[in-house]
Amino acid sequence: MMIPACRLVDLPRGEAYRLDIDPPVSVFHTDDGEVFAIDDTCTHQDASLADGWLEGCEVECPLHASKFDLRTGAVDAPPAKRPVRTHEVRVEDGMIYVRLSLDAPNLPPCVTARLAGGPA
Amino acid sequence: MRTVAVVGASLAGLSAARSLRKQGFDGRLVVIGDELHRPYDRPPLSKEFLAGALAEADLALEQDDEDLRAEWLLGVRAVGLDGPQRAVRLADGSEVRADGVVIATGAAARTLPGTDGLAGVHTLRTLDDARALRDELALGGRLVVIGGGFIGAEVASTAYALGLDVTVVEAAPTPLAGPLGETMGGIVSALHADHGVRLWCGVGVKGLRGESRVEAVLLEDGRSVPADIVVVGVGARPCVEWLAGSGLALDDGVTCGADGRTRLAGVVAVGDCASWYDPRAGLHRRVEHWTGARERPDAAVTALLAGGAVEPSAPRPPYFWSDQYGVKIQFAGHAAAADSVTIEEGARDDHNVLAVYRRSGQPVAVLGMNQPRLFTRWRKQLAAAA
Repeated sequence: MMIPACRLVDLPRGEAYRLDIDPPVSVFHTDDGEVFAIDDTCTHQDASLADGWLEGCEVECPLHASKFDLRTGAVDAPPAKRPVRTHEVRVEDGMIYVRLSLDAPNLPPCVTARLAGGPA
Repeated sequence: MRTVAVVGASLAGLSAARSLRKQGFDGRLVVIGDELHRPYDRPPLSKEFLAGALAEADLALEQDDEDLRAEWLLGVRAVGLDGPQRAVRLADGSEVRADGVVIATGAAARTLPGTDGLAGVHTLRTLDDARALRDELALGGRLVVIGGGFIGAEVASTAYALGLDVTVVEAAPTPLAGPLGETMGGIVSALHADHGVRLWCGVGVKGLRGESRVEAVLLEDGRSVPADIVVVGVGARPCVEWLAGSGLALDDGVTCGADGRTRLAGVVAVGDCASWYDPRAGLHRRVEHWTGARERPDAAVTALLAGGAVEPSAPRPPYFWSDQYGVKIQFAGHAAAADSVTIEEGARDDHNVLAVYRRSGQPVAVLGMNQPRLFTRWRKQLAAAA
């Protein structure tokens, strides 16, 4: 399913747009003009990567020091250990669309516990 | 360089080992750690792990499929370094000779004199410390935290959430004034009172009362605070005693250049035990932050492998975080350099603040409480200005 995110003109380079679905997905517009979509939640702890430090094709979690590669979802260093999902992005008529990955998301333990109804 | 010994198997040591492989070192890699545990993450020890929300397996710093092709000597303490030979002597009498040595022995919690062997008294630095404290907190009761710094505040916050009766005693008039300055130290430490945790400032601790188990904390003003559990959070000292006689300069940690190089060829120091030169401030300082232990080994390993042939790149401004009472606290830069601090966004009563520290009008530090997005922007700006 292709989900409309936002218009490309409304997402300046160096910025991110968060799609408030469950789990949330974020679209990044890099300084080089490329557009990527990855899961928005850091796999280490509940933090929004859309709030993070975007540099090149990497976003650093806003809380700690792990960086995720927007192209592959891979993480470079602790405290996060698992990658985020990447999602296919298409721009049509100036609109950014996201096709959600069918893989299971790698959510942090506290979020998994909350979704399961356990203690956060 | 054929053999590199990394002394210390926590975040700084692991990061150094990873950097070595990433930067192409293909020789023998020996990692020496005095704890029996594989490298684990310490920040959760005062928070999620202590609260029981994270298990030990969640603390592992290594990836499941990671193989650094290292020899791990765990549960053995380094007791000496022969500087010219670059030989690390171990407590079991053996020795590791290396062409390069990375010193990453960290810091140890300071204790109160005369409290050894008194049950109910804890420090919090290692996984074993955290296990012991967690087991006692589970029994409930009255907790007194000595020291209102970040470790003390996080333990108080966690224990409060677990339902304990908590008192924090701090010798300084304002907790956190060192790292955050008076104004913001006051605002952040107000989180205690906002949640019904007693905070007593400006009074020192004279000692503890109790025969086999602690019963009370005795204050210098004559008061005594009843306690079932006491956590001593009064800072840490660098673990460098073992380096006496090695030829290294030791002054509040191993004295290093701006890239971790020491005065001995082939020896670098990283993490909490290392006092790096800060070219911007023109002085040496020991940075006890997770982020420094994670990032700085990259530069030190570059210097080690290049034999000093590369210029160090400027490190990012120091960054640390804390979680207290559900509030995410973030800080970057140096508060001590500032002549003003202003709250630019949010309101202190909402625990939602972005404060910028300036010197002669130029930003030198930034503090966020539940402001991750704005904080990141300011942090980037600080790094760009540096």
